[in-house]
Amino acid sequence: MQWETVIGLEVHAQLSTQSKIFSGASIAFGAAPNAEACAVDLALPGVLPVLNRGAVERAIRFGLAVGAKINSPSIFARKNYFYPDLPKGYQISQYELPVVEGGTVMFHVAETEKTVRLVRAHLEEDAGKSLHEDFHGMTGIDLNRAGTPLLEIVSEPDMRSSAEAVAYAKTLHSLVRWINICDGNMQEGSFRCDANVSVRPRGSGRLGTRCEIKNLNSFRFLEKAIDHEARRQIEIIEDGGTIQQQTRLYDPDRDETRAMRSKEDAQDYRYFPDPDLLPLEIPSSWISEVRDVLPELPAQMRSRLERDYGLSSYDAETLTADREIADYFVAVVSNLPSDPKLCANWVMGETSAYLNDAGKSFEHCPLSPGELAQLLTRIKDGTISGKMAKEVFRQMWSRRSEQETGWKSLQAKTDQSLVDQIIESQGLKQISDSGAVEKLIDEVIATNPKSVEEFKAGKEKAFNALVGQVMKAARGKANPAQVNEILRSKLK
Amino acid sequence: MLNSSLSQLSALLAEKKISSAELTAEFLKRARALNPRYNAFITLSEEASLAQARAADLMIASGDAKPLTGVPIAQKDIFCTKGWLTTCGSRMLSNFVSPYDAAVIERFNAAGAVNIGKTNMDEFAMGSSNETSFYGPVRNPWDVAAVPGGSSGGSACAVAARMAPAATGTDTGGSIRQPASLCGISGLKPTYGLASRYGMIAFASSLDQAGPMAKSAEDLALMLNVMTGFDPRDSTSLQREPEDYTRDLRKPLEGMRIGLPKEYFVDEISDDVARAVEASIAEYRKLGAKTVEVSLPNTSLSVPVYYVLAPAEASSNLSRFDGVRYGYRAPKYDDLNDMYCKSRAQGFGAEVKRRILIGTYVLSHGYYDAYYIQAQKLRRLIAQDFAEAFEQCDIIMGPTSPTVAFDLGEKSNDPVQMYLSDAYTIAVNLAGLPGMSIPVGFGQKNRPVGLHIVGNYFSEAQMLNVAHQYQSVTDWHTRMPG
Repeated sequence: MQWETVIGLEVHAQLSTQSKIFSGASIAFGAAPNAEACAVDLALPGVLPVLNRGAVERAIRFGLAVGAKINSPSIFARKNYFYPDLPKGYQISQYELPVVEGGTVMFHVAETEKTVRLVRAHLEEDAGKSLHEDFHGMTGIDLNRAGTPLLEIVSEPDMRSSAEAVAYAKTLHSLVRWINICDGNMQEGSFRCDANVSVRPRGSGRLGTRCEIKNLNSFRFLEKAIDHEARRQIEIIEDGGTIQQQTRLYDPDRDETRAMRSKEDAQDYRYFPDPDLLPLEIPSSWISEVRDVLPELPAQMRSRLERDYGLSSYDAETLTADREIADYFVAVVSNLPSDPKLCANWVMGETSAYLNDAGKSFEHCPLSPGELAQLLTRIKDGTISGKMAKEVFRQMWSRRSEQETGWKSLQAKTDQSLVDQIIESQGLKQISDSGAVEKLIDEVIATNPKSVEEFKAGKEKAFNALVGQVMKAARGKANPAQVNEILRSKLK
Repeated sequence: MLNSSLSQLSALLAEKKISSAELTAEFLKRARALNPRYNAFITLSEEASLAQARAADLMIASGDAKPLTGVPIAQKDIFCTKGWLTTCGSRMLSNFVSPYDAAVIERFNAAGAVNIGKTNMDEFAMGSSNETSFYGPVRNPWDVAAVPGGSSGGSACAVAARMAPAATGTDTGGSIRQPASLCGISGLKPTYGLASRYGMIAFASSLDQAGPMAKSAEDLALMLNVMTGFDPRDSTSLQREPEDYTRDLRKPLEGMRIGLPKEYFVDEISDDVARAVEASIAEYRKLGAKTVEVSLPNTSLSVPVYYVLAPAEASSNLSRFDGVRYGYRAPKYDDLNDMYCKSRAQGFGAEVKRRILIGTYVLSHGYYDAYYIQAQKLRRLIAQDFAEAFEQCDIIMGPTSPTVAFDLGEKSNDPVQMYLSDAYTIAVNLAGLPGMSIPVGFGQKNRPVGLHIVGNYFSEAQMLNVAHQYQSVTDWHTRMPG
């Protein structure tokens, strides 16, 4: 039997607000336990939630970016359950009327375009953390994270392989960073995935019983967990068993999922509208304001790069993979609008490779776009060859790589003359004076009569050998095209 | 001085006839002396109250006095009060010293008022007799065999027994008005959203509202000036221009239309209450008001609707009392679940548990639509009844409670009878309207009777005017238990 895996994802994106969703406490990561838990976060008697406008604004931004409906009103509901790191005994979430409904996310898997439909995205607060170590059999509670704003993004079960699920998650990850609503830091838990996985005979129209896998905090774990879970389910069915609806936890150390709780022990959360919060009304004027400042989205930018800059679809996709590389590329082109292709090659090539080696992202690129554009300008005006440019780049990099801050904060103090200084001081400048080149050529012709003869006898290879000799004599600084032209005319 | 109005006390302070420290000490002495008998206060603190009084004296001396500066006010123990034990009448919070002030407390502090003590109350404001308090029942100062009403029974008793010149209360289904009625004082529940709920320990968030309890309408107006106002920390707080609630006290009532709901004057009301209420209405006619019969056809649904919605909200609001971060934790337990179970079983009293169970039930999967959703729909109909009635009248009057104060223990084993004693007041909370009770005479066993006055939204100034005009020609509100 051919099996098909069906996957839907629930992604929790931590919103990049300054303060919590219902209190004024900071959401900065890494503070001492409970240092960022105020009276509201501690759920002291009598405290009340006040909705953070910034969290709503980010939800609207997301809704617009995926072409969803922004509901007005939407309703905050209480999800009631007891847990030590849930201070109120309920989580404020959205249930019947979420702020964002519908929408789609598009991406490529291999060469195929794929569209995943979204069910909804709703606002909710995060819980705190229970710390089971270091307390001698007791549990410590850290409520710093309690009340951190989350956008839970729920997809339809539209994915059919772990590769599609990962591509979807990566696209979403890039999108939330692109529109600046989430820092996407998966190690710190700012972007977390739960996967709903089921299997069915290929061609079947019915969905199988699903299991929800929690705790997938990297794309690699997402892929492995889905693959493992699909195999587990297929084995059970092929052995004549049935799948129990369960919540399962992925254990990356053992690469397996294990049951957390089954449907039978599913809690009754007794959702009801939170009487402390009024229905969230979002006037259409607010939506328009958000739309007006929404950045160009990756898909739009991709087609613009193809259309206006004449870039290939591969280049356009690579340069819009995330906001950082796109911003950097745009900044380079703005310094050298005449040759976007050259800019693209150097951003995707040399710059990207050096960043990779250094383990840095484009955001932390030590070379400013102006400096890179200056280097490319020196290639274009013939001052240096492309080969020499790589050497100049290497030296620029080693001069700048000590800097800790990224190019955006450096830009003001960028030294536009750095490129020329290096070319000048290392003597890397091309010999563009035709007299000097002619002199070198004459010497080569005089000292290589054999090659000259062979060429005249019709051996094209001999010509290349002569060019090589000239370049060698010029120590690489001659312009190969110029050498070619002069040599050929002299040998006629 | 015990019978002085707030403005009289304020004048004495301003004229330096007495200092706030002396005034406060005087009331504290009386409260200390009477509390063993009435149990009106959970916490009295000479140290904290006198420190505030001395600070108020400095304000007065420097000419910064406001209307209530230096005046002692008793605070219901539902308001979080920084540095004070704040118990909400529960064992669950019997060790909770609040690290912050409720908005209402902040406002009294800013006005320079002196907190004379924290008053006893039904546990988590759930009760109509003050018998559910972990700190024991409050007695009715008119007759210690009788209950003072609830849940703000400690506040009502403290004012009636002149242990404090005025007090705060909170009203979810009648918790200001019913004890005011049973203790022969005046009390007002404002329109929902006028007084901030921040720091007021929640019972049923969509119904809870803080309000003043005092001897007269005039005193209530001064208290209301302090207690109300927009608070960004409460999302249900209303953003409105500040009002002076004393502004209309002296308006004549000529031509005012008093609506008398026919559903209020039926068999359930006892004869003594009916007589006193009817006599008060006759007095209003003498003052120039007209009466019209109005109808509130869904009145009988108020109690069942309330006992779905209020427990539903309460069951969730009280989840935070889990023994994890503050409050009562059982001394012995086996594991986490056992800690929750034992802490809550030991920390909450029977009435609170009953309401948590009801609330949990009505929100459960499969019952939610039949109970919670249905009750929400009926809540709108009840509000609609009032909207229609207010097209025919300016103000609605009736009895606050169908009977005078009942005896301690009389209804404590019959929750439904207890719940029905709030039938008139509950509808007002469901509609979010303002309501008040003023004393209009005595019934059986010489126990006080209250008149329930219900106004339209934001008509507090008019209601206080209506009450004040009555109190200008009668003296029930000046009577004091012997």
